[in-house]
Formats: sequence, C-alpha cells, structure tokens
Amino acid sequence: METILKEIGVETYLYLSALLFSIGVFGILLRRNAIIMFMSIEIMLNAVNLMLVAFSTFHQDASGQVFVFFSMAVAAAEVAVGLAILVSIFRNHGSIDIDNLKNLKG
Amino acid sequence: MNTLIAIAVLGVICLLAEIFNLRKAIVPVMIVGLLAILGMTMTDFGVTESHYNNMIVVNNFTVTFSSLFIVLTIFLVTLSHNFYQEQATKISDFISIKLFLLAGAVSMVSFGNLAMFFLGIEVLSIALYILAGSDRLNMKSNEAGMKYFLMGSFASGIILFGIALIYGAVGSFDMEMIYQASNSATTVDWFYIGVSMITVGMLFKIATVPFHFWAPDVYEGAPALTTATMSTLAKVTAMATFFKLNMAMNGNMKFEYELVIVIVSIASMTVGNIMALRQNNIKRMLAFSGISHAGFMVMALLNLENATGSLFYYTVAYGLAGIAAFTVILYACKGKDNEDIENFNGLGKRSPLMAMILTASLLSMAGIPIFSGFFAKFFILNSTLQAGWLILVIAGVINSMIAVYYYFRVISAMYTKEATEEAQKVPFEFYIVAVVAMGLNIAIGLFPSVLMDLF
Repeated sequence: METILKEIGVETYLYLSALLFSIGVFGILLRRNAIIMFMSIEIMLNAVNLMLVAFSTFHQDASGQVFVFFSMAVAAAEVAVGLAILVSIFRNHGSIDIDNLKNLKG
Repeated sequence: MNTLIAIAVLGVICLLAEIFNLRKAIVPVMIVGLLAILGMTMTDFGVTESHYNNMIVVNNFTVTFSSLFIVLTIFLVTLSHNFYQEQATKISDFISIKLFLLAGAVSMVSFGNLAMFFLGIEVLSIALYILAGSDRLNMKSNEAGMKYFLMGSFASGIILFGIALIYGAVGSFDMEMIYQASNSATTVDWFYIGVSMITVGMLFKIATVPFHFWAPDVYEGAPALTTATMSTLAKVTAMATFFKLNMAMNGNMKFEYELVIVIVSIASMTVGNIMALRQNNIKRMLAFSGISHAGFMVMALLNLENATGSLFYYTVAYGLAGIAAFTVILYACKGKDNEDIENFNGLGKRSPLMAMILTASLLSMAGIPIFSGFFAKFFILNSTLQAGWLILVIAGVINSMIAVYYYFRVISAMYTKEATEEAQKVPFEFYIVAVVAMGLNIAIGLFPSVLMDLF
C-alpha cells in the first residue's frame, strides 16, 4: 500500500480530493434541486474522507482512518435529518425546488 | 468528563420517561438533574486533567463555560413546559434533543482532540437542525430548517476539510501536537490553509459578516424557543470553541490573522447594527443584534493570553440578557403568527413586570451601566486596547451608540403606544426565568470581579 502511495505521490490524492470538494461546493452554490444539493454535500464530505485516508497511509497512522468512520456516521445522521426536513417541505409545498422557499426575507 | 456522561444519561432518561408515561414529571426532573450536574461540574473547578488518551480535557476554561451552558439549558428547559403545551405528547423529544444539544456543546469546549471537536459541533448542529424545523406544519419553520441545514452542513464540510489538511500537515489530531506544529518554523503550508478553512467554518457557525446571511432568515422562521437556543446557547458555544481553537492553532501567523479578525469584527458590528435599524420583526432584529454582538465577541481573539475572562464575562452577560428578552417575547407573541414589534404595544400597561424585564435586557444588550452588558463591552474593549487595536475600539464605541436606537424602538413601543388587546396571564415559569436571568445579569453587573477573578 505504501509503495503505491510513493509511486503516485500524496499530492495527487490531495489534488483529486480538492477537485471533488470543489465540485461539491459548486453543486451547492449553483444547483437548485434539494436532492442534488444533498448529493453535493455528500461529495464534499467524501472528498475529505478520501484525503484523510490518503494522509493516514502517508503518515502510517491509523487515527485518520478511524476519523473517517466518525465522519461517515455523522454524514449519515446529517442527511437523515435533512431528508426529514425535505419530506415535510414536500408535504406542505408539493415541490422540492429551493427557489420556492422565499417566505423569509427583509 | 463526568459532566458529559451525566448529560447524555439524563437525555436517555428523558426518552425513557416517555415510555413509562411520566410526561408530567419530565420538566421538573430534568431541571433537578441539570442542577445536580451543574453542582458536579463546579466541583471540578481548579482541576486539570485529561481523559481517554487526551480526547477530553478538564480545566478552568472548560468548567466555567460548561457551567454557563448548563445554566442556559436549565432556563430553556424551564420555558419548554409552557411553549410546547399544544404538543405535550412530544415534550420528551424536544427536551431530550435539548439535552443532547447540551452534550454537544460541552464536548465542543472540552475537546483535546479534533475528532471530539468535530463530533461535538455536529451533535450540536444536528440537534439544532431538528429544532429549527420542528414546527413541521408551518412553512416558515420548514424553510428555516432547510436553510439552516444547507448552510450548516456546508460549513461543516469546510471545517472537515480544514481538519483533514491539518491532519496531513501534523500527522495527528491531538491539540498539543497541533499547538507545537503551529509554533514551529518547518510546518507545511497545508497547515495554514487548514486553519483558514476551520476559521471560515467557525465564522459561519457564529454568524459574523460575511458569513451571516443565513442567520436572520433562520432566526425568524424557527419556533421562538429554538431561536432563543440558537441566539444564546449555540452562539456562545461556537464562540468559546473558536477561542479555544485559536489558542492552539495560530502561533505563526499573528499579524495577518489579526487583520482578518479586525476586519470581520468591524464589518459584523456595522452591518449587524445598520440592518437591525430597519427590521420590524423582533426575532429578525435580535438576529442582527446577535451578529453585531458576535463582532464584539471575536475581539477577544486579538488578545488570546488575557481575554479569556472578558470573553467569559461577555458571553454570560449576553446569554442571560438574551434568555430574559426571549422569555418576554415568548409571552407577548404567544398564539400570534408573527413577532412584529406591534405585538409589544402597550405591554408596559398590560404587564408591567414583563415590560420592565424586556427593557432591562435590551438596555443590557445596548450596554447601559449597572447592567452587565456595559461592563462586558468595557472589559472586551479594554483587552482590545491592550492588544493595540485602537481603531477597533473606536468602531466598537460608535456601534454601541447606533445600537441604542433600535433597542429603544421596542422600549418606546411598550411604554408610549396604546395597548390593542387584553392582558394575558403570565405563566409562573416565565416569571421565574425572567426574574432569575435578569437578577443574575444585574448581580454580575454590580460585582464583575466574581467572574473576572475566575481566570
């Protein structure tokens, strides 16, 4: 495992996960469908997981991989709550387009 | 550490009480339990120790801030009984979520490892997403929950990216290793990118300009008691955590970082106050007032060595005034579908004590002497002056003068306008919470050294 990392270089993993993270950020900023925004949040969190695992191998230290478990559990809980809110919006409104949420402003 | 376990156990007991049909006993039992935990936490004062491989540390910083969070939660739980009267079957859910939120808050200040910090911030945020969207038939509450969820998890993603970069640079999540790395000259550049990303994420959570845009919408839409939780407990927790992170993280990049904090602070104070002038909804107005208070609180970061006491004093003063103000808002806007300032017309005649409490808490937020808000601003500006940022002190003083204007709009509505409706009976708990919170606020205003000497 370590030899592969040495051949490819840890920077490559860093670039890849930064790229994935940016895809997630732009997804949240540009898309207006709530499900796609949730997917973008997941992409952001998984980009970080990839980076944590790469660094964990790079440092030969297991704590990074343990952290990935925490962040996966947290991400699952977060999205469960988000979907619950989305369901109640769909019941009241009949649509999941974020642009419909315009009641609060001023 | 016992505090954290006891709070989590209390939350589970609250859920079990539902099964055994003890709903009526939940609020009193939880208050007694939280008071016991408060006593247990305070006995740890003066102790310095760490548990579970330095995952949780106990020192004076964590003990004092945890005690503050527990006190605020006691007030919020006491208010819950009346607020959730129409949803009495769900009261154990609401209260246990508040207790788990408190567990997240306590682990956010007592972390010794970034893993614990991340778990704490997520437990707190997820509990708040649920509470913000908890009035599920109300469109406004749904919208607030959704907006808070999207912005909050976006910020969590950024914080997580920062943590990963710091781990890459240091090779450990332990705060002591991070402290050493931040003071060494050979640290990789990733470290500073990571620190900046965590800073951005935390500024999101505290709601400072330019990351404040979610706060007014979410505060307005969420149920009033949740707004009280967000504007007192959550804001104070995020600020204490941000301060603790900064003590460990910014060794090498002094001046540039301070400049960013100064700009953020001036921008939050100014934007918060100017936007608050034209708000007609009191929850929205308090959201902007909270943004300007966040601007004051980040000033503590400029003097990391000496400002712990003044930050603690500020958070106590702000938290107590916020609880007192929201108690009156809950009373005056009960059964209404909005929280416009017109609802307060003639409150001085309808319920003199409640009007007096709201006046006192708004004066405390504005920074008028006798109330602790004045001394809070005084101490924090004093520590900023010690750090040599005169321009920030001038901006702070000008902003506290602007702030008086919009607080007085509410006060004049209460005393000079005619009442449009009959007086309602004030619930007993509201009296207790409002009087105790305001009494504590004035007490620490008269004897500031009680809190300042703790550090």
